Amino acid sequence: MTLYIARRLLWTIVVVFCVIAITFVVFYLLPAGDPALRFAGKNPTTAELMTIRHRLGLDKPWYIQFLRFAWHFFRGDKYGWPGLGYTYASGSSVKALVFARAPRTLFLIAGASVIWLVSGVAIGVLSAVKRRTLVDRLAMGFALFGISTPVFWLGLMALYIVWSKLGLTGGTGYVSPVDSITGFLSHMILPWTVLALLYAAFYARMTRNNLLETLGEDYIRTARAKGLTERRVIFRHGLRASLTPIVTMFGMDVALLVGGAVITESVFNLQGLGYLAINSALQQDLPIVLGVVLLASVAVAVANLLVDILYAFLDPRVRYA
Amino acid sequence: MNASENLVEIEHLTKRFAVKQGVFARGRAEVHAVEDISLNVRRGETLGIVGESGCGKSTTARLILRLLEPTSGTLRFDGHDISKLSQRALRPLRREMQMIFQDPYSSLNPRKTVGQIIGAPFAIHHAKGGRERVEELLETVGLSPEHYNRYPHEFSGGQRQRIGVARALALSPKLIVCDEPVSALDVSIQAQILNLLRNLQTEFNLTYVFISHDLSVIRQIADRIAVMYLGHIVELGDSESIYESPKHPYTAALLSAVPRPTTGGRQRIVLSGDVPSPVSPPAACVFHPRCPRFHEGHCDVETPLLRELGPRHEAACHYPLERWPMSDAEVRQAEGATRADKPHLQGAAHDA
Amino acid sequence: MSSSHDLLLDVRGLTVRFPTPDGVVQAVSDVSFTLSRGETLGVVGESGSGKSVSNLAIMGLLNQQRTAISGEVEFMGRNLLTLPPDELRKIRGKDIAMVFQDPFACLHPMYRVGWQIAEAVTAHASVGKKAAWARAVELLDHVGIPNAKSRARDFPHQFSGGMRQRAMIAMALVHNPSILICDEPTTALDVTVQAQILELIEAVKREFDIGVILVTHDLGVIAETATTVMVMYAGRIMEYGPAQQIFERPQHPYAWGLLDSMPSVEKRLSALVPIEGAPPSLLSPPSGCPFHPRCRYRFEPCPTERPPLAVPTQAPDAHADACHLSWEAKQREGGKRSIARLGDAA
Repeated sequence: MTLYIARRLLWTIVVVFCVIAITFVVFYLLPAGDPALRFAGKNPTTAELMTIRHRLGLDKPWYIQFLRFAWHFFRGDKYGWPGLGYTYASGSSVKALVFARAPRTLFLIAGASVIWLVSGVAIGVLSAVKRRTLVDRLAMGFALFGISTPVFWLGLMALYIVWSKLGLTGGTGYVSPVDSITGFLSHMILPWTVLALLYAAFYARMTRNNLLETLGEDYIRTARAKGLTERRVIFRHGLRASLTPIVTMFGMDVALLVGGAVITESVFNLQGLGYLAINSALQQDLPIVLGVVLLASVAVAVANLLVDILYAFLDPRVRYA
Repeated sequence: MNASENLVEIEHLTKRFAVKQGVFARGRAEVHAVEDISLNVRRGETLGIVGESGCGKSTTARLILRLLEPTSGTLRFDGHDISKLSQRALRPLRREMQMIFQDPYSSLNPRKTVGQIIGAPFAIHHAKGGRERVEELLETVGLSPEHYNRYPHEFSGGQRQRIGVARALALSPKLIVCDEPVSALDVSIQAQILNLLRNLQTEFNLTYVFISHDLSVIRQIADRIAVMYLGHIVELGDSESIYESPKHPYTAALLSAVPRPTTGGRQRIVLSGDVPSPVSPPAACVFHPRCPRFHEGHCDVETPLLRELGPRHEAACHYPLERWPMSDAEVRQAEGATRADKPHLQGAAHDA
Repeated sequence: MSSSHDLLLDVRGLTVRFPTPDGVVQAVSDVSFTLSRGETLGVVGESGSGKSVSNLAIMGLLNQQRTAISGEVEFMGRNLLTLPPDELRKIRGKDIAMVFQDPFACLHPMYRVGWQIAEAVTAHASVGKKAAWARAVELLDHVGIPNAKSRARDFPHQFSGGMRQRAMIAMALVHNPSILICDEPTTALDVTVQAQILELIEAVKREFDIGVILVTHDLGVIAETATTVMVMYAGRIMEYGPAQQIFERPQHPYAWGLLDSMPSVEKRLSALVPIEGAPPSLLSPPSGCPFHPRCRYRFEPCPTERPPLAVPTQAPDAHADACHLSWEAKQREGGKRSIARLGDAA
């Protein structure tokens, strides 16, 4: 098991660096213009451009830049290890910037994932148990709504109604829980709900389908033949077997959101990681993009590993040597 | 060279599958699916291969058709060594050998009509055969030509198996390998298919290799029998000879275990435990851990080879049965057997 | 068939219908039988004969919303079909236990075998976890699992097929039930293992003095174990009586057909005599005798009049069958059957 984890971690590093390398290549091979031009002011002289290029390291071929990036990463820079370099725009530390934005995204994901997991599974179970009744139809109607509603529209509508018209919650922007816990909750409740809705809908559908399939298994009949209560049959026997794929999906979904909750972050002006990455990409500020990509890909790889390890505990038939 | 008495000749054929232990394990293990088997299939006969699950009978069937690549050994079909032929070089021979599968529900493409299914071999082998030929085949297997445009789901299990038989017959093959063709069918339907196969054999001079776990079915259809256990042939010979006087203790136990629809007592030879894993088969005689005639220091040391124990009757056993029927106690009384103790009534299940 | 104080189960007119979009599936029609202590009732029939469904109905294991069940199933003075679900649940697994066909699919893959048996203990008795586990180990040992103590900690996939079926039987025995229903208990097993399991069921029956219902398609299994036999076809009983009689003097053409179409391990038959055609659709079963479209002996009344299941008036000691043929004709034909099977002339 330990050997397996070690091997997987090693692979994680390889994968993360492949991702970084691809990001580099894309950034340099796509004709997006010269980043140096952006920072040189109006009508720069060639000499000025050369200086800026040299300062940013842009005068070297991309692979040299990549090696330099890797070197800094492992050696650390003046902001410590791992070295993520400086932004083109202000020359400040990318690491500081990323670490400042990360809590926003992480809080967003944490709250939303709890909401969607609990509500999605609950709705799915209810729907499966009350199959072909009004409850089931309503639940699946909700799921269809959740899956087909665009997040930006839903976010704007929620803001308009709940905040602007009803004044029940805080509006856009981020309030740190350190400053005001009520302000934090009041500002987060809408993004949480909006982000969770899509996932809750997916999870409800998946739970329902998995559970219905499981409830048709022979071992469920065995459980009933033992004289167990219906509640125990469904939760201890049915749900237990249906949850394995859901846990797997949950791990990946959470990890993907580290750099991927862009729309929610934009609509609610939370300025999280995804938002940061998109903005920096538009401004051709490569080091920031790389920082976020690095964090996001590490998150995905680690989540992947955790899910695989968890799987072995959830399903005794799976064993890693 | 094609005039040989044997249509299929198998010499020292072995097939091992690599398996991974655990999902991401490094260590490779091998399933010993078929171990060093030699046998011939004579023209026009039905060779029955019988054994319990995991004995290698289906693997053998697939090896004979070269649907699997043998790990070692030679395999000759109609005089041609086909053990190392590429799939491409095999193609002309493919039409000579066909297969009938166990599950009539999943072996027919549900989106094709019966006519398309039975006609497919013609297209694949660029052979002549239009609608008329397919309709003729439908009649041969006891279906109606009007079934041509129907889909498989419109047929019962027995009828689907007939479609499978018609498909196998399409190119007038020499050999048909039947892999548990009646196991999924009800008894009343099973008899229909068995009779059909027997009639077709006479009519078209077919050679069958017939795989089954059902000893009654094998007795009904096979002329000669190979009894397999854990990848080995433990007994080989004429059907009557094997059923009337089995030599190998495993064959005897198998025969005695079959429930019979007649009342009245008979002796059952009780085997203890389950079939061991083919990943790490027992040393020497693979049957020794369960054998009632086990001799310590012999059976677990020296591998018994198939040897002639009667006219056209071979078995791979150091201590074959002297006569039949024998009671459980008599079987255990083999001279010097080191497992004379009769296992508990409920039979200890030791494996894994 | 047995004195009344030993009577465990009295089923009268059991009828099961499944409404589907295509029509009503008439799975079981008017089935009546009894089960006594020490009896093994063999229920034999082909797929779709209703042999499994009738037992699931008795156990209340069919989906209540999608089935219509009528008739009476009397067990210890109570009609199981009218019991509230929770009352029936208290009988299930306690007084009536069940063993199913496929031991590979019948144990929960994610729980330890011992846990699953211990759960059956706690389902009907307020005992601690330790005591329940101890009982599980004891039962596993009792049904012939070696090293029961450590094997109880195994997951089902670590057990072989035969061991899983033993575990299922152990689970069924937890509360010393009075009825054990075995639905094709050996169909998924190899023949040598099948023999072990059948012997175990027989031993359990004698030891616990219970009644066993053994459902199977295999006449051989029935002949070896059953004391009473019920032959079913298209949801109805065709023939019902003591095993000895049914195998020696089968009375119904369907039973003859089954026997004639079975290959024998004893000898090679000159030809098998199959039953022509295929079992009917239960959406629209044939009128009259359900077997008449495939019956070689059918005559005038068969397509229109359903023959009742009755003991022939000429022979009050004989067993019941549902066929219009005259008693004399049945003796003639049925006698041939048992001779053809047992004798040496093929």
